[in-house]
Amino acid sequence: MSEATMVPDISRTVQKWRKKRGSLIMALHEIQNAYGYVPRNVSLQLAQLMDVPLARIYEVITFYNYFRLEPPGKNVVSVCMGTACYLKGAKERENEFCEQLGVEEGETTEDGQVHLQSVRCVGCCGLSPVVVVNGETMGKIGPEDVKSIIRKCREEH
Amino acid sequence: MSTCGIAAGAEPVYRALADAVRDRELNIEVRKTGCVGMCSMEPLVEINVDGAPRTMYGEVGVDAALRLLDEHVGRKHVVPGFQVPGVDQLGFYEEPGHDPKAKQHRIVLRNCGIIDPTHIEDYIARGGYQGIKRALAELGPEGVIDEIKKSGLRGRGGAGYPAWMKWSFARKAEGDEKFMICNADEGDPGAYMDRSVLEGDPHAVIEGMLLAGYAIGATTGFMYVRAEYPLAIDRIENAIRQARRLGLVGKNILGSDFNYDLEVRLGAGAFVCGEETALMASIEGKRGTPWPRPPYPAEKGLWGKPSNINNVETLANVAPIIRNGGAWFAKIGTKKSSGTKVFAVTGKARHSGLVEIPMGTSLREIVMDVCGGVPPGRRVKAVQTGGPSGGVIPEDKLDTPVTYESLQELGSIMGSGGMIVMDDTDGMLDIARFYMGFCVEESCGKCAPCRIGGKQMMNILDKIADGNGTPDDIILLKRLARSMRKASLCGLGQTAPNPVLSTLRYFMNEYEEKLLQPV
Ligand SMILES: Cc1cc2nc3c(=O)[nH]c(=O)nc-3n(C[C@H](O)[C@H](O)[C@H](O)COP(=O)(O)O)c2cc1C
Ligand code: FES
Repeated sequence: MSEATMVPDISRTVQKWRKKRGSLIMALHEIQNAYGYVPRNVSLQLAQLMDVPLARIYEVITFYNYFRLEPPGKNVVSVCMGTACYLKGAKERENEFCEQLGVEEGETTEDGQVHLQSVRCVGCCGLSPVVVVNGETMGKIGPEDVKSIIRKCREEH
Repeated sequence: MSTCGIAAGAEPVYRALADAVRDRELNIEVRKTGCVGMCSMEPLVEINVDGAPRTMYGEVGVDAALRLLDEHVGRKHVVPGFQVPGVDQLGFYEEPGHDPKAKQHRIVLRNCGIIDPTHIEDYIARGGYQGIKRALAELGPEGVIDEIKKSGLRGRGGAGYPAWMKWSFARKAEGDEKFMICNADEGDPGAYMDRSVLEGDPHAVIEGMLLAGYAIGATTGFMYVRAEYPLAIDRIENAIRQARRLGLVGKNILGSDFNYDLEVRLGAGAFVCGEETALMASIEGKRGTPWPRPPYPAEKGLWGKPSNINNVETLANVAPIIRNGGAWFAKIGTKKSSGTKVFAVTGKARHSGLVEIPMGTSLREIVMDVCGGVPPGRRVKAVQTGGPSGGVIPEDKLDTPVTYESLQELGSIMGSGGMIVMDDTDGMLDIARFYMGFCVEESCGKCAPCRIGGKQMMNILDKIADGNGTPDDIILLKRLARSMRKASLCGLGQTAPNPVLSTLRYFMNEYEEKLLQPV
């Protein structure tokens, strides 16, 4: 779906959160869950419906690491860069991903298939190093796992 | 079935077992529980059937699980090879030849790995919600605060402030409306105690929230959970729904005139939001920038109303204290640091996972006896506690007992409970750079000492690492550290230099090796 053809329906989200105090971030979470990012036209709508200035919404989106303004790749690979994972070779794993995908951390491959990013501790340190692939946490990632994760991402689409 | 178990492949193991039990028409129940704490040995399967010894098995795959059904359940004998100590054997990782005194004592983790966290009945069956019942029927708000005072419970989120004192300030504060907040942001990388409790025993935290809210006179409680913990969010939302259905949350709780509702709010990936004033800004739907204190949250917190904020682990301690009395709790641990502390021991530890030990246990007992030290052929070099706000503790100081004060004397802190074991292959300059880099990225940028000071310290550390440093750089590092400590707005900037200072204190030689002209 391109952004121009997309007619987002966020009225339910807005209805749910409008009356509650301090709900902007919760509404943004719902929007990102639905679209994978926060599209600009949705922010515009949200501003109108919730009666907050657009600038306030952008101020919030840009502060928090979790919110994205661009659509991610079809697959999202997050390498944990928390202390436990770092000590157990997370940096090396990330370099392997970068090399094999031909991207830097925070980028999406040219074909739009894989988005590589690093994240802060996902709380699974006992199994470090940890990689989260499309929401699924995978532990004890060795060099050989890097290749198979990439292969799996590419096959599924 | 917690995040770590699922990550290690517990889901297919559960399905295989459940299917096999159904196909074979066996009369046994296959249950899911929360994290037991032995994360590096996941997936774990415990078998408890009549006629055979109750046994826990580690690193169980699908094939092994089916073999367990055949042999342990079918032929009633323990399958050798992958047996691990069970949940009820407190010294989990104890191995032959290790000090038997090194035992865990589970208060916070009392139900983790034992109950099914998605069933409120399981929690109630183990004495759950007796604390709030006693509070409403017998103690009253002041009585609750009194018991907590007797217990000596101190905050487990970092600073170790006495819980009763904060509650008492919030209780006394004037306001038509008051808020109770649970800090489940757990931003310290390498720490996941709070996640395990939320996933493995969410009702324990809810009961703590009820008691704290009742004590301070709150009408609403907010659970602020980081978005990186989807399973914990699920479990806590489910638990709130169940509690509401049973009249434990909402209007006229347990038939009393106590009205109190609970709501979940999500973080969005900002470490600084664990800091209490930034967290409140975030709940209000704003950027998570801290504000200078005073005013303290007890006077002017969320939306300017009196508020109290406690950490997940602090709250998980509350119900047992109210149920068993403050005096019971005060007897555990040391005089000034009572009770237990949960540590997430990771890094190079042989058995990484969660351990709950009485305060006063030595670091050596935790690392060597409970967690089995480092793999053979390696040497423990240091232990890092307190995350980005803490410091390293060298091997020769490991006999120090764990208390708030003793760790501080060593230049580290108790922190939230991340404990990272480092061996002789880990470089201390690299660790210092790792934490400083973390703080630079996570600084909210509101105050200059943190924003600029952190960046400058980082530049110097990089320069030293690249072999271009001089002794003057060490002096400059220390001077910058002092200014950041003194002048930063919030705890993030005030404590960010700690990892650098503590590595300088104990491992100066590693810096010197890199300097152009040695000192
Ligand atoms: C930068 C920063 C991050 C913090 N992160 C957390 C956190 O993730 N979880 C937490 O409970 N406390 C965190 N704290 C401590 C809280 O500000 C606060 O002291 C704590 O939630 C109080 O609860 P307690 O008294 O029960 O420990 C952080 C503090 C700072 C300065
Ligand atoms: S450090 Fe990677 S999961 Fe905690």
